[in-house]
Amino acid sequence: MENDPHLDGLTGRLLHDEIVAARAPWTHRVNAGETLRIVDLEGNQAVDFLLYAAADDAERYSAQDTIAAQANIFLRTGSVLLSNEGRPMMTIAATSVDHHDTIGGACSCESNSLRYGHHTKAQHSCVDNFLEANLRHGRGKRDIVSNVNFFMNVPIEADGALGIVDGISAPGLTVDLRAEMDVIVVVSNCPQINNPCNGFNPTPVRMIVTA
Amino acid sequence: MNAILADPHAARDHARAMEGIVVPAMPRIPPLADDLPAGVSPEDLLWEETIAGGGYASRTLARGTRLRLIDLEGDACASLLLFNAAMPTERLNIADTVKVQWNAYPTAGSLLLSDMGRVLASIEADGAGTHDAFCGASNEASNRRRYGDGRNSGAHPNARDRLLLGAAKHGLGRRDVHPCINLFKGVRIAADGAIEPRIGPFAPGRSLILRAEMDLILVIANCPHILDARPWSITPLRATAWRGPVTAEDDPIRTATPERRRAFLNTEDLYRR
Repeated sequence: MENDPHLDGLTGRLLHDEIVAARAPWTHRVNAGETLRIVDLEGNQAVDFLLYAAADDAERYSAQDTIAAQANIFLRTGSVLLSNEGRPMMTIAATSVDHHDTIGGACSCESNSLRYGHHTKAQHSCVDNFLEANLRHGRGKRDIVSNVNFFMNVPIEADGALGIVDGISAPGLTVDLRAEMDVIVVVSNCPQINNPCNGFNPTPVRMIVTA
Repeated sequence: MNAILADPHAARDHARAMEGIVVPAMPRIPPLADDLPAGVSPEDLLWEETIAGGGYASRTLARGTRLRLIDLEGDACASLLLFNAAMPTERLNIADTVKVQWNAYPTAGSLLLSDMGRVLASIEADGAGTHDAFCGASNEASNRRRYGDGRNSGAHPNARDRLLLGAAKHGLGRRDVHPCINLFKGVRIAADGAIEPRIGPFAPGRSLILRAEMDLILVIANCPHILDARPWSITPLRATAWRGPVTAEDDPIRTATPERRRAFLNTEDLYRR
């Protein structure tokens, strides 16, 4: 374990360690006080991320409350991920990436048809991953809201131009999230192949939970 | 105890005597407006309401309807939710709205997109230019911090709980209140991601016209912007809606960009029956 650089800086007991395949969904409960580390194993891999309160899943991550409370669109070390009730769900305890996105949302078959054309209809998407992961737990389309995109870069230019641009991530970079309440984490390891968010090549990510 | 109202007849007379009272914030039923745009017939008027500061409204709007919102006194903040009336699991997706159109600042010509790749509404005209796709609605906790109270039953209701009430009147609940757009209060985003609020107060009478591109449920809360640092400041918002034609194939908003054209194509496909 000492030789595993992906565990550097983590303290406490290892509760869970899993590789999420390229393009796949993932869901896991993280209890208050536990830390989830996401490792971008091969670099430039967007990780679309939603949170639900374990005790009441109508309370969920709110990108807008999070942005308003910190008066900044970028998520950095110290950013507190707030719920739609304005309560802290997780805190970014540390990250080796400059910033993460929470304005770009998740790709879907439907938005792909607008952004790229109807020829993309058969391609897999993050919304389909979110749906698949949520449907097993009694949640559905109404439960999908604006998400976090870890390791994804969406700058806004002075004229308002906005777009997903080349990743600022690299192999082995991480983000550590400390749970402030018991949460259900739902992830789509983004399968998008039409823009630079995954370097046009979706790759696996690693999920490590410690307490 | 009021002895005069101690029997049902007196209570009835007291209640009925209120008919005809006019207050600044109320609906006009049937709708009446003396300032419709040129070419709009009074018979096509559908909705005329002034929404109180701190108030909310909800309404169904048919495809083609125009909705004019006026910030009457310069300090309104219209937090807006939109749903497909026929299938309310389809609703405004603010992330897709900015991402698909490659622009952070919705204004005249912008579309408000659903999570199904369709256009819910177009911004046909924008006399304000200060809107906000990022900060969302205030909530009970944020209002309690700023004003000491954020309950619907108190003096400083929060936008989210107002939206929840408006949505509930169409059978919708907590899972349906999605990220909103704030109209009339704006933001600009600095290169480092910092939010620069544009809170005003602004000149009275700024307006915006939305064109319903689908049959919609619309919910509006009119509460102070979540980053408004002043003491409680919110003024009435006027809503006026009239019938209009469904967007034509050569409409300049529809044809402006390939993304917008495909959003209209997807919407037209929904109504192809």
